[in-house]
Amino acid sequence: MPPDGATPWGFLPLLAVMLPVAGMVAALPLGARWAERLALALMPVGLLLALGTAVAVQAAGAPLWHALGHWAPPLGLALRADGLSAAMLLAAAVVIGATAVFARAQFGTPAGAPEARAAFAFWPLLLGIWGATNLALVANDLFTAYVALELLTFAAMPLVALDGRRETLAAALRYLMFALLGSVLYLLGAALLYGVAGTLDVVLLAGRVDGSLPVVVAAALMTAGLLAKTALLPLHLWLPPAHAGAPAAGSAVLSALVVKGSFVLLLRLWYGVLAGIPGPAAGQLLAALGAAAILLGSVAALAQPRLKLLVAYSTVAQIGYLFLMFPLMAAMPDTETAAKAWTGGILQAVSHALAKAAMFLAVGLMAARIGHDRLDGLAGAGRAAPVPLLTFGLAGLTLMGVPPSGGFAAKWLLLSAAIEGGQWWWALVILAGGLLTGGYVYRVLAAGLAGGGAGPPAPRAAAPEAIALGLAILSVLLGLVPLAAFGLVQVGRMDMLP
Amino acid sequence: MTATVFGLLGAALVGIGLFGLLARPEPLLRILAFNLLGGGVFLVFGAVARRGAAAGLAADPVPQAIVLTGIVVAFAATTLAVALVLRLAEAEDRP
Repeated sequence: MPPDGATPWGFLPLLAVMLPVAGMVAALPLGARWAERLALALMPVGLLLALGTAVAVQAAGAPLWHALGHWAPPLGLALRADGLSAAMLLAAAVVIGATAVFARAQFGTPAGAPEARAAFAFWPLLLGIWGATNLALVANDLFTAYVALELLTFAAMPLVALDGRRETLAAALRYLMFALLGSVLYLLGAALLYGVAGTLDVVLLAGRVDGSLPVVVAAALMTAGLLAKTALLPLHLWLPPAHAGAPAAGSAVLSALVVKGSFVLLLRLWYGVLAGIPGPAAGQLLAALGAAAILLGSVAALAQPRLKLLVAYSTVAQIGYLFLMFPLMAAMPDTETAAKAWTGGILQAVSHALAKAAMFLAVGLMAARIGHDRLDGLAGAGRAAPVPLLTFGLAGLTLMGVPPSGGFAAKWLLLSAAIEGGQWWWALVILAGGLLTGGYVYRVLAAGLAGGGAGPPAPRAAAPEAIALGLAILSVLLGLVPLAAFGLVQVGRMDMLP
Repeated sequence: MTATVFGLLGAALVGIGLFGLLARPEPLLRILAFNLLGGGVFLVFGAVARRGAAAGLAADPVPQAIVLTGIVVAFAATTLAVALVLRLAEAEDRP
């Protein structure tokens, strides 16, 4: 911990949090038209800040650290950006920026047009989700993380119910109930940890907690709370109606980023605060739930009659992959195998964020073009909406794990970690999940490429189509990045500290 | 001694709230249960604050700051949830 309260460039993660939050506050009095302009103007700045953070973390080979107001923990609060934060900050900036440009078609206010209520709500909410995600990624204090989680929920929930229909309102209420239960359980665990250690700073806690009963109870409560927010089976019930009911731009952000915020906090908890404490059985249990999510979520996606629900169930399945890293990290700690599992898990989070955002945007475009999103009426979509269908297919490659996509690299790393760690049963789950994913992606492509059905081609929406396609291509190209570059996510892994 | 009583009371509130949140289907009851649950957690946090007494302070100030922030967050969550329930009721009244 540096004596002057911050490492060089430690202000970058601070700015990455402050920029969207300040934008959200400023957007409210500005009204829909200027909120849109402000949000779009902030996107490149935020992307630069995330890039700067990643470069600084990579160059220093150590996490960036900033004590707010130069008050050192345990009294003050600190922000800490390690490789995991930097990678996810970048993914968040790309997805939010792409979504913002995409959303201009639906929530933009053209010159001369009156300002719409939904547009006025959308732009501050988008900035709010961005700020809360960034805060959850760089928070180094369990209570700051709690506030970030709540802000994330409060910004994401209205996005679900933006169209004000009865079903989406009910989905939003169900989502809110799950999320509130999750955050209260998390807070109760934090109270118990504070009682044990007298601090909530992640770095300080790591040296002060042991495997005593209060710590184990706190860990169980916080893990359960975070699982409810991450929507791991069997706590996924809120996700499909909420993510399928939101407008396309909203679904993209919800599926790509909002569920990842709580996942990153779970990693902080397990491999920061509690490094080495949870037994192997706990990791196996999490991965068993993940495996169930992969298989049941994919089968449910195969059976969905509507495109948006299919993509939402695919999110349930892909979240399952994230949890396969837990037993693999524990199989051979402090070895190359654990490093592979770590990189694989985070790469899965990043590539799923890009691919799922692209997929939801593509589905939204297809539904807008053919007037509905029922799978049985999709014939002719290949002619009426060729680019969105191609986008769906490319994003599907990443979800399946076909080379050279980012999803392939992620699943390959997890697969080889499973083999090396002697836990071959997880490898079988990964392969079976890939096949099932191929099944539901094929269903959509086959239905869309069937001839006939559609009327004359609708007017093209060039910019949104290009944005969705760009995200899908990015998710595929992610696998071509040389694996050594993923050393970034190893920087500042707290379970590796002596 | 009093800290133990408050801690036990907090645990009881957490139990009641958790039961209500999981077992009752009515939205308004679940929101109230969430508030009971939150109140219980804040009481536990208050009991935890007593450990600061060992360091010579009357009480540890950090949990108090945390509880205050937590109350604000829980209040915001409650208003959001109630607003959502009202909108839902309105939508259901519409034919």
